[in-house]
Amino acid sequence: MAHGPAKGIGRWLRATNHKDIGTMYLWFSFAMFLLGGAFAMVIRAELFEPGMQIIKPEFFNQMTTMHGLIMVFGAIMPVFVGLANWMIPMMIGAPDMALPRLNNLSFWILPFGFSLLAATLFMPGGGPNFGWTFYAPLSTTYAPPTVNFFIFGIHIIGASSIMGSINIIATILNLRAPGMTLMKMPMFAWTWLITAFLLIAVMPVLAGAVTMMLMDINFGTSFFNAAGGGDPVLFQHVFWFFGHPEVYIIIIPAFGVMSAIIPTFSRKPLFGYSSMVYATAAIAFLSFIVWAHHMFTVGMPLAGELYFMYATMLIAVPTGVKVFNWITTMFRGAITYETPMLFAVAFVILFTIGGFTGLMLAIAPADIQYQDSYFVVAHFHYVMVAGALFSSTAAVYYWIPKWTGRMYNETMGKVHFWVSFVAFNVTFFPQHFLGLAGMPRRYADYSLQFADWNMVSSIGAFAYGASQLLFLYNVIATIVAGRKISDPKVWEGAEGLEWTVPTPAPHHTFSTPPAIK
Amino acid sequence: MVSKAKQLVRGGIGALALLPWLHAAAAEPAARPESWNLLNMPKGVTSVSQNVYDIHMVVIWICVWIGVAVFGVMFYSMFAHRKSRGHKPANFHESTKVELAWTIIPALILIVMAFPATTSLKHLYDTSEADLDVKITGYQWKWKYDYLGKDVSFISELATSQASIYGSAPKTEFYLEEVTEPLVIPVGKKVRLLMTGADVIHSWWVPELAVKRDAIPGFVNETWARVDKPGIYRGRCAELCGKDHAFMPIVVNAVPEEEFNAWLAKKQSETVALRALTEKTFTQDELMAKGEAVYGRTCAGCHGAAGEGVPGVFPAIKGSKIALGPVADHLAIVVNGKSGTAMQAFGAQLSEVDLAAAITYQRNAWGNKSVDNIVQPVDVFKVKNGQ
Ligand code: HEC
Ligand SMILES: [Cu+2]
Repeated sequence: MAHGPAKGIGRWLRATNHKDIGTMYLWFSFAMFLLGGAFAMVIRAELFEPGMQIIKPEFFNQMTTMHGLIMVFGAIMPVFVGLANWMIPMMIGAPDMALPRLNNLSFWILPFGFSLLAATLFMPGGGPNFGWTFYAPLSTTYAPPTVNFFIFGIHIIGASSIMGSINIIATILNLRAPGMTLMKMPMFAWTWLITAFLLIAVMPVLAGAVTMMLMDINFGTSFFNAAGGGDPVLFQHVFWFFGHPEVYIIIIPAFGVMSAIIPTFSRKPLFGYSSMVYATAAIAFLSFIVWAHHMFTVGMPLAGELYFMYATMLIAVPTGVKVFNWITTMFRGAITYETPMLFAVAFVILFTIGGFTGLMLAIAPADIQYQDSYFVVAHFHYVMVAGALFSSTAAVYYWIPKWTGRMYNETMGKVHFWVSFVAFNVTFFPQHFLGLAGMPRRYADYSLQFADWNMVSSIGAFAYGASQLLFLYNVIATIVAGRKISDPKVWEGAEGLEWTVPTPAPHHTFSTPPAIK
Repeated sequence: MVSKAKQLVRGGIGALALLPWLHAAAAEPAARPESWNLLNMPKGVTSVSQNVYDIHMVVIWICVWIGVAVFGVMFYSMFAHRKSRGHKPANFHESTKVELAWTIIPALILIVMAFPATTSLKHLYDTSEADLDVKITGYQWKWKYDYLGKDVSFISELATSQASIYGSAPKTEFYLEEVTEPLVIPVGKKVRLLMTGADVIHSWWVPELAVKRDAIPGFVNETWARVDKPGIYRGRCAELCGKDHAFMPIVVNAVPEEEFNAWLAKKQSETVALRALTEKTFTQDELMAKGEAVYGRTCAGCHGAAGEGVPGVFPAIKGSKIALGPVADHLAIVVNGKSGTAMQAFGAQLSEVDLAAAITYQRNAWGNKSVDNIVQPVDVFKVKNGQ
């Protein structure tokens, strides 16, 4: 019964083991992160000074679009699927994911989807250049011919997400060890359960949006074409009905990671477990009814504007509950600051700042000034980078000893943290100023009053980019030559089933279900 | 394919290592002196903008105080409750009282914020009883202003030269903030702004007026501004609208009422004079000279300064079948555009004289030699009016 992994490339191509598939997801998302990061470097290099120096505006638009698409769909979403694959079965005492072959398929179509997307950069007319939000008619009537590849790529990525979500739901609902009731489940499993339902609800909406685009472009329909009686604003409603839940899809698993790491290094249980569960569910629910706060300038009627403003402001309540819970968990603990905890603390601080700017953006009359400016860019990088990305980085440092049986280099981890933390803020904090002073987003060039802060932002971005190479190095060095460890409980304060299996985690865990007290 | 790869590589190299090189590449006067101090939203010059600014500041301060409280507790325990200081972990968790408090208090704060926000939004939406209506149409990549009922309309586009953008000429004070002709409005009058888009979605944003409204094809959005202080206010397109999104600025010139009326009268007489010119017959040289300017301003953005186009996206005019073929086809595509492509109906944007000049220029420049090489304004007039 107990056997090790297959040998050679077949192990990966035909992988059905959740740990192998998790590993592939993690590496894939890291590769996409570097690619999307390289695009960001091009953007920041061009914006280093006023004037066009390195690239042309049409290519600049392709860079902003691809940066967004690759980071959202290629880096952040898969990294959490990778973590889910690795950790959820071990956290709930399951032998594997419920649907291992589906698991294989949902991973292996991803590289094809993204190759298709990236290949458009080399095709005549260039890659998608209409922003990651691809508003029609810029993305339909006025799109480059490669838009069809983009649409197909989105379909593939969406299918992968839906399959992954079905698998996660099936695993959590069916394979929990006897005695592990839903309300005893680790927060990470809870956040993923909720996220998976969100994904299943909204990925088909995205598929619908791109299919309508496909019809408009190739088959003469006019969903979004005003000249044919269609409605360009309809596109935005459909897109954001997907897009707003999407941002929670990205951040909710990050909440789960935080709720694992903060108690561990505070040596104290999570303050309000059940209120955290309810808050997460409340956030997920609210995420469906606030989409048009991305559209305060499209000319909605006053009543619509007011409704979306009030509903959006409400999100601050459950989000506050989460932050307060983490802080109260730290309060009167016995805190140590290993690298995962450093990233977690930075997450709480910076995500809260992103939450504050989110609240500002909810105020419709003020949003009319913020909308589509660099203020928005700053806001969502505070929640996406300092939120989702810092959290997944923390997760890797936190669990890599369990995965590999080797300890990462703590000093290098701390250097990585401090450079990331400082560089992140140098990059994105000034973007608040730029936006408030009037600089719109997605600008290939800008007038002279924006020069200083743009230069600061670019310098920060280069440092941030460089610090990720250090992370890559640290991870590889850990796998190849890290200090060997064998204590199942890697961290003194860690609780949970994943810390009861041997270190490194064997290929198969929980072939017989553990007993839950 | 090769050139794309080259761009990618160039971008990559520039990004990674060449900071000092970048710096030297653009020997420009850097920032404007006030640049470091631009940290906040302008108060602006309309009642709406003052209003928005006040709400913005209130919300910022509320966030700051919440932040001080929350981070205060957090930083305190981060220092005081360190294991290295010998702190022993407590084991408390779950407290309904605390949970209720931190749900209800934030909710109350939100309700307090909602009141001024609602009032200000209502004010912003009140477009009734305007003194002047201006229709604003967003085109790829310029704005058209129509003074409704006044028989005045004009196009306003970027006045900064390509040379200045690409670094072969210096950047002046209002780099990318200067236009061929600003929107002129009277001070103290309520101006209703009606926005629409001709091709893709644009967004007309002037921060000091606190006006940002999307210009969407097929829709007419309404908003308004009453500027209290004469002056020049600059803004930009805020919705990604394609290649030259960053190059379609807005300039608003708010002037006292008498000055506005004088300006309007002058524009009206210009409209009349331009109509008269439509009947004039021009020489080829006149048309070529004028055409070069019109082409450079209006067409070169897509078709290239030397008519070379952008492969796969915008066709070249140099050697183009249409530019060398029958004049009727050439007139048709320029006047009526081609629906479903970026080629707009320039008949609605340019005067007969400018169109005739641009077409003549395309038929004779860069070695193009067509049979019917001269187009007169009357020819354009006929096409525009379906004759
Ligand atoms: C926003 C970009 C854009 C601008 C500005 C623009 N064009 Fe075009 N033009 C196009 C596109 C795209 C086509 C191709 C349409 C098609 O698919 O047939 C085109 C086609 C043409 C053609 C036909 C070329 C051929 O061989 O098919 C002519 C002639 C032309 N444009 C003239 C002009 C003139 C004159 C101007 C300035 C007054 C101008 N264009 C400005 C985008 C533009
Ligand atoms: Cu625009």
